[in-house]
Amino acid sequence: MIDTEALVEQFGLTACIQCGKCTGGCPVSPKSALNPRALVYQMLRGEGFELVSREELWDCTTCSTCGLRCPKGVKAVDLIIGLRGQWIESGKIPTTLRAPLTATLNQGNPLVLPREDRSLWADGLNVKNVAEGADVAMFVCCENAYDPRVQPMPRALVNLLRAAQVDFGTLGLEEQCCGSEIRRLGESGLYEYLRDDNLDKFRQAGIQKMVTTSPHCMNVFKNEYAGAGFTVEHYTQMLARLIAEGKIKFSKRMETVVTYQDPCFLGKQNGIYDEPRAVLKSIPGVKFVDMDRSRERSVCCEGGGGRMWLEGTNNKVRLANDRVAQALETGAKVLATACPFCFLTLSDAVIATGHENDLRVMDILQIANEAL
Amino acid sequence: MPSSALVIGGGIAGIQAALDIADAGFHVFLVEKEPSIGGRMSQLDKTFPTLDCSACILTPKMVDVSRHPDIELLTYSEVIDVKRNGSSFRAIVRKKPRYVDITKCTGCGSCAEACRLRGRIADTFNAGMGKRAAIYVPFPQAVPLKYTVDPTKCVFVTRGVCGKTQVCKEACKAEAIDFSQKEELVEVEAAAIVAATGFDPFNAALKPELGYGVYPNVITSLQFERLSSASGPTAGKILLNGKEPEEIAFVQCVGSRDETTGNLYCSRVCCMVTAKHAHLAKEKIHHAKVTVFYADVRAFGKGFEEFYDRVRAEGVRYQRGYVSEIYQRGDKLVVRAEDTLIGKPTETSADMVVLGIGLVPRPETNQVAGLLGLENSSDGFLAEAHPKMRPVDTAVDGVYLAGCVQGPKDIPDTVAHAKAAAAATIVRLRQQTTDHRLQRTDVRVLTT
Repeated sequence: MIDTEALVEQFGLTACIQCGKCTGGCPVSPKSALNPRALVYQMLRGEGFELVSREELWDCTTCSTCGLRCPKGVKAVDLIIGLRGQWIESGKIPTTLRAPLTATLNQGNPLVLPREDRSLWADGLNVKNVAEGADVAMFVCCENAYDPRVQPMPRALVNLLRAAQVDFGTLGLEEQCCGSEIRRLGESGLYEYLRDDNLDKFRQAGIQKMVTTSPHCMNVFKNEYAGAGFTVEHYTQMLARLIAEGKIKFSKRMETVVTYQDPCFLGKQNGIYDEPRAVLKSIPGVKFVDMDRSRERSVCCEGGGGRMWLEGTNNKVRLANDRVAQALETGAKVLATACPFCFLTLSDAVIATGHENDLRVMDILQIANEAL
Repeated sequence: MPSSALVIGGGIAGIQAALDIADAGFHVFLVEKEPSIGGRMSQLDKTFPTLDCSACILTPKMVDVSRHPDIELLTYSEVIDVKRNGSSFRAIVRKKPRYVDITKCTGCGSCAEACRLRGRIADTFNAGMGKRAAIYVPFPQAVPLKYTVDPTKCVFVTRGVCGKTQVCKEACKAEAIDFSQKEELVEVEAAAIVAATGFDPFNAALKPELGYGVYPNVITSLQFERLSSASGPTAGKILLNGKEPEEIAFVQCVGSRDETTGNLYCSRVCCMVTAKHAHLAKEKIHHAKVTVFYADVRAFGKGFEEFYDRVRAEGVRYQRGYVSEIYQRGDKLVVRAEDTLIGKPTETSADMVVLGIGLVPRPETNQVAGLLGLENSSDGFLAEAHPKMRPVDTAVDGVYLAGCVQGPKDIPDTVAHAKAAAAATIVRLRQQTTDHRLQRTDVRVLTT
């Protein structure tokens, strides 16, 4: 039995007026038993809470729409993460999470791959180590570093930064998981270890400015690493600025219609809506068109909050499939995004829905790099 | 010592305060920054819970103001400076040029019909739902019924040239149009000031999840008033793009009780405004499916709960749960919410969504506060001297508040507040008037 009183206090749940704005906006609530409002109410009832058969807690993608729209400042997503934490603490860790969590502790990544392979993505690029002195540290992200489907993204960023004559380096084999998804899975102990260890490494390398390829890494550094002592931005912010300053110029045309999936951790959670669109619109030949549900009304791809390693209670309905259909409705031939999780979920969805020949999922990095 | 009062703002609060003060025998300067008095109430169709027509109860008072020998009306004017002078005030008022001589203008409207921009400019009185010319009266019952050139839109004002000839000037038989008018500064002296500058409707675009500004069929409650009004752009028909909606969703608490907008307060009127709109929708489109999305219904005034009961009996469905998102599917809007009473997320289709927007302080509120030395309460409205015992007084002696400048109010509360402000003003003016005493009567003993 969970001590609900402690959770009520920890997450300020007495502010809740049970209006349902959270559940009404939750992207997974229509396909899952997950009901953020009802969860808050069960805490407020003060009659205890059993985790048994509440598997829907693992359906949350931590897109944070619930908390961002709450009129009373309640962050239901934080309560869900707190409840996941109690679950993890009980030792009954969902099977598919065990290897990623163990590998993150031992190898610094949830992809269950060796630490010494972390720089394979950069083979032949001769990217220097930031510790040798560089204006900007490029944080690669585990997904981008190890997964061959998204390894082209950091390679493209290297190319773009070089074209703009930005002095940058990476942490090389010293880079490890940022802990964003680990924290959202409720593994707060492992998250705190990663955060402290990373902060030490960043300090030792003398990092002042950082650019990330993933919105998830950016978000955790910017909003959750207290006292980080460095500035961090997502690559779309940096590219938009470099393009505006004339430091990146595109010589090739891309005659196609492009739409864009707002990553929740970039858009909704950090208000970065304009920069990715500015980059896309600056590419010669691109006809940009937004989906109806975009920006603040964008829909999660279901890749966040640890969902890369969890199927969830209902895999018959996939939001990424809906997104592909919505992208096709716009007449777009390219569905752009700016997040490795979005890229992977949407790429799978294009295949699952049989639209490989109609729609190409691309990261903005790939599009910009191809147009150089 | 002047026996005059200055009333700033010519909405129903300022009108009522001015009439009461003047009826008590004191002189009133009533300053209104728009071309006409009437304020927000003049934009309303029916009033809850009695459903009497807003214009029918407001316009007689507007006319009373214009005819009152003790009220000096300064429309299209703004107070730009106030200095204390002993126990009275000296205020400087800027009279903006109308480019129309109001002593000559007969209000015939030939100028607006001739204007090259006729039917091209978003009509603010109609909350953007209709179009007007660059020379206009805000509404047919305007007081004064005099035309005004919109200086931000008139091509002759902005560019110095409008075609080969000024068609408005040619059309005006009264020769009232005068582009050589300049702004004029005047000074007024008053022993008391009533601030009655009102409120603004909440800007619904600040709630991006609701799609206002994205979908033309997502409108605000103020726009619904104009659609429903017989004097509005559709002559009282509920039409969007010429079509009658069959499914209408009303969304409560837009911009009120909401940390994300910084407006923590309840706007007090929206529950009843929406109940009234739901009733009007059902009355005008009998077969319409009307759903109200709410979290708490606040029907606290006289006759309000009974009206709420009536509206539900008329077939309006109340679904508990705030609307979280609005998007499009095919040619319908989808309203996403949770039905909190059954604990399930819902999608409700709609042809029209009406956002029950709250009341917020006008941008000018802080300007007025600065001029008069007043303070804001934490909600941004102006602070009264004591929340219970001095509801119209302020921290500044001789300055009083009337109506929504102090906080959201419905019409009955606004009128009551304005009458209280007038009483406080009259007390002050009376205390400073020493030249005559009223004749008193004594108790006469009848039994021996």
